Amino acid sequence: MTANVSASDRFAGSVKDAAIAGAIALGLFGPFIGLRTTADIGGLGINTRWGALAIAVGVVFLGRLLLNLFVWRTDNPITGMIARAMPKAPAGGKFGKVFGPLMLALAFLLPAITAYMFPQHNRYILDLAILVLTYVMLGWGLYIVVGLAGLLDLGYVAFYAVGAYSYALLAQYFGWSFWLCLPVAGILAAMWGVTLGFPVLRLRGDYLAIVTLAFGEIIRVVLLNWYNFTGGPNGISGIPRPSFFGLEFSRDENGFAAFFGLDYSAIHRIIFLYYLILILALITNLVTLRLRRLPIGRAWEALREDEIACRSLGINTRNTKLTAFAIGAMFGGFAGSFFATRQGFISPESFVFMESALILAIVVLGGLGSQLGVVIAAVVMIGGFELFRDLAEYRMLVFGLAMVLIMVWRPRGLISSRQPSVFLKERKAVGAELVGEGHG
Amino acid sequence: MEYFVQQLINGITTGSIYGLIAIGYTMVYGIIGMINFAHGEIFMLSTFIALIVITALGILGMSSVALIIFALLLVLVVAMVLTAVWGWAVERIAYRPLRGSFRLAPLITAIGMSIVLQNFVQITQGARVKPLQPIVSGGYTLMEKDGFQVALSNMQIIIVVLTVGLMTAFSLIIARTPLGRAQRACEQDRRMASLLGINVDRTISLTFVMGAMLAAVAGVMYLLNYGVIDFYIGFVAGVKAFTAAVLGGIGSLPGAMLGGLLIGLIETFWSAYFSVEYKDVAAFSILAIVLIFLPSGLLGKPEVEKV
Amino acid sequence: MSHWDENPVLSVEHLTMRFGGLVAIDDLSFSVGRGEITALIGPNGAGKTTVFNCITGFYKPTEGRITLHPHVDGGETFLLERMADHEIAREAHVARTFQNIRLFGGMTVLENLMVAQHNELMKASAWTIGGVLGISGFRSAEHEAMDRAKYWLDHIGLLDRADDPAADLPYGAQRRLEIARAMCTEPVLLCLDEPAAGLNPRESNQLNELLRYIRNEHGISILLIEHDMSVVMQISDHVVVLDYGCKISDGTAEEVRNDPSVIAAYLGVEDDEVEDVEAEVEGAAK
Repeated sequence: MTANVSASDRFAGSVKDAAIAGAIALGLFGPFIGLRTTADIGGLGINTRWGALAIAVGVVFLGRLLLNLFVWRTDNPITGMIARAMPKAPAGGKFGKVFGPLMLALAFLLPAITAYMFPQHNRYILDLAILVLTYVMLGWGLYIVVGLAGLLDLGYVAFYAVGAYSYALLAQYFGWSFWLCLPVAGILAAMWGVTLGFPVLRLRGDYLAIVTLAFGEIIRVVLLNWYNFTGGPNGISGIPRPSFFGLEFSRDENGFAAFFGLDYSAIHRIIFLYYLILILALITNLVTLRLRRLPIGRAWEALREDEIACRSLGINTRNTKLTAFAIGAMFGGFAGSFFATRQGFISPESFVFMESALILAIVVLGGLGSQLGVVIAAVVMIGGFELFRDLAEYRMLVFGLAMVLIMVWRPRGLISSRQPSVFLKERKAVGAELVGEGHG
Repeated sequence: MEYFVQQLINGITTGSIYGLIAIGYTMVYGIIGMINFAHGEIFMLSTFIALIVITALGILGMSSVALIIFALLLVLVVAMVLTAVWGWAVERIAYRPLRGSFRLAPLITAIGMSIVLQNFVQITQGARVKPLQPIVSGGYTLMEKDGFQVALSNMQIIIVVLTVGLMTAFSLIIARTPLGRAQRACEQDRRMASLLGINVDRTISLTFVMGAMLAAVAGVMYLLNYGVIDFYIGFVAGVKAFTAAVLGGIGSLPGAMLGGLLIGLIETFWSAYFSVEYKDVAAFSILAIVLIFLPSGLLGKPEVEKV
Repeated sequence: MSHWDENPVLSVEHLTMRFGGLVAIDDLSFSVGRGEITALIGPNGAGKTTVFNCITGFYKPTEGRITLHPHVDGGETFLLERMADHEIAREAHVARTFQNIRLFGGMTVLENLMVAQHNELMKASAWTIGGVLGISGFRSAEHEAMDRAKYWLDHIGLLDRADDPAADLPYGAQRRLEIARAMCTEPVLLCLDEPAAGLNPRESNQLNELLRYIRNEHGISILLIEHDMSVVMQISDHVVVLDYGCKISDGTAEEVRNDPSVIAAYLGVEDDEVEDVEAEVEGAAK
């Protein structure tokens, strides 16, 4: 856009461009919005909705025109003005130092805050927070595999499923308690990670992605069809709830409420579940932070940067990948058994590919540089999804569009600079453009 | 024996459709090295476009054979053109802004795009399954024994003939035309190609357009052959077709076709002789086994590790 | 029998490598002298990097034997052609650099050197379990690793840049860092693939100093591929010349320089031009 282009030329160009966009939109939307097929008893019929089509095309035309006039084809784009008016975006490191502990404090106080401020929505907010935290935990688990080791895993939900079914089945067949099953579920998921990872981890790049996707689907199909063992599509219900050091959250006199001399309330269990997932998620995070500073974590990152160089330094790349896969899977397994105990009911429906995609999206949108990004992305995605509840069927559409737009806006994710694991004088963040993206 | 032949015919038909979709994956992967996850949804869109056009033209009520053939050709052309526009738009909106950027970003936009497309169709056309009465009927009985007939329907003949024809045409386009040359150049080295005056963006767009057109052909065939579609068919078909592309060796056109046929056959025979429920498990397991022993697929060029 | 054949650190015997029908290396035998700098030279496509890849395990040779003798007085030896690439680095202590530098670009200079000490640190961290619990043995091992990293950073003049991303370093510094990273694995034999490529004369001199230092002070044997004749002639104790996968000459820098067939093959000139070329090479050596 040079300055000597006259304003009227620019306007005419903008209109023409918007008209083309409108015409394309007409082609795209025409059959779908304009003509709605109906499956009647007498066969297929068609309803026309020209009004809706006109609105859709008009929105595209106007939107494009406004963007042309005020953002793309102007010397003084409105986005620039907004950016100038806004305070400068905080840098990853400092931002994290303040924001992280703040979030943590908020997370710990949340049940108290909601109880005082929104008593009538208490349960709803806590349920939502539990959901968000579950995804935070899954995101942190997958972050080890994708963010640190640079291995693209599209079947992460398989380990979530293994964890959930491990608990459900152990409880159903052997009557094991949640606290016993939790570590077992994690270990089983890790073992599955090793078993699946062993043959496939020598594959590179997108091959690994497609094979992990395939394994995720295989596990789901098996769960769906093995009626005798897993209950098939009906799933498993009546999964026991967790106890508080042996105290059940029930009305009877041996229950949690009676023991502490409280009036029984269903919210006790919700609060307990909330703190349970919060602590599980924090354990995931602390272990990951710790691992990053250990040789194994550095080897994961080195693997992401350059596998061949790793081999030249004597690093057994296969074992290194396997540990990343197994530890990621283990946290997925923990999250899975939490999911089972929280829901009380599980079925293969909960472990579809979309779940894997969603967790991966949270990790990538958050930015592969930091675990804090995962939290923000999970809050934005899951919380945002809930906020648009009123949009009903349009909700998923908006959700998908948001995924595309955020990614186009920030291809490297929200927080993308990397913190070094060790330093001599000062810890300087490494810019995202230098960090490798792995090949698997 | 008769049962076997019948399954072979059915498997080849299914496989041809997978193969046509797989070409779209393989071409896009070849040129920009990414999995176009939304390609399965493009296929799904094309089945809906075909259904809408068929209903709007009132083909079901037509009696003249010539008119039906003409109308179906029109459906095919309209579906190809409109699906191509969708293919173009998806590339333009979700992939082009991310070109040369972080490798995972277009994967996420692709997943986002497939969510958008699925829900767009669900909202505009409804979530219910759409049935279509058979339009092309009739066929031949190849063998008959003990009351079991081996049938070859006209639709199956059309599918296989059309697939073979398109494959030939496509191989010629890639091998002989300037567009094909530009595509192969971009596959090798995108920056060098642009330095030599190839319009890389346009070549990539055309690749998406071509992939979408083939998916549209597959979509029309699918609709006419199976007669039942819903907004969710894109995911399964897409995963299968991508599996086919990887199985055949990604980046290779004959490989995509071969992979498609194999997946179609594996699935059909598994359903026929073992269990329908586990047919996806069979297809995916074969994929995993092939990749473990032949990491670049059946017809792919082996990747030499450059040290 | 030359002195490098008497007690070699590495002996390559009848090494052959075929890629399909192409014979990249044909029945090659040579020795790398202990505590010496051995240069492997030859025209482009002579198979030098292939030899490196066979020694360091990235390729499995079609035929032949590669033996590493880490100890002066015999003792344990390693048959490198039977070992996987990471085992060669870990067990036999053969370290290498790459023609197109392979640093961990998104990690800091210091982190690059820490990754190089992975195996020792893994052991010290009791395969991560002890590390998670924070045992003291691991902490002291980590201090040692840091000290070693600092030592090498000091010697390559990059101590000030320890906390910068490796990809931000200038080209010459990246080459030096890659050598330092290889040294952090405590190698017996250091294999350098064109360490002077792309360096300016001053950096090239620094490199010579560094390599001499590594040989003289640490007693490490060095095998290097090089095109820069001034580097080769100045610092090599022993030069092996390859052409089309065959050895055409083997001797001291002086001997090789005066071998007419080397000059002819290396520079691809007719015999009557050899004398002119000889003069040129001599000039380059000074």
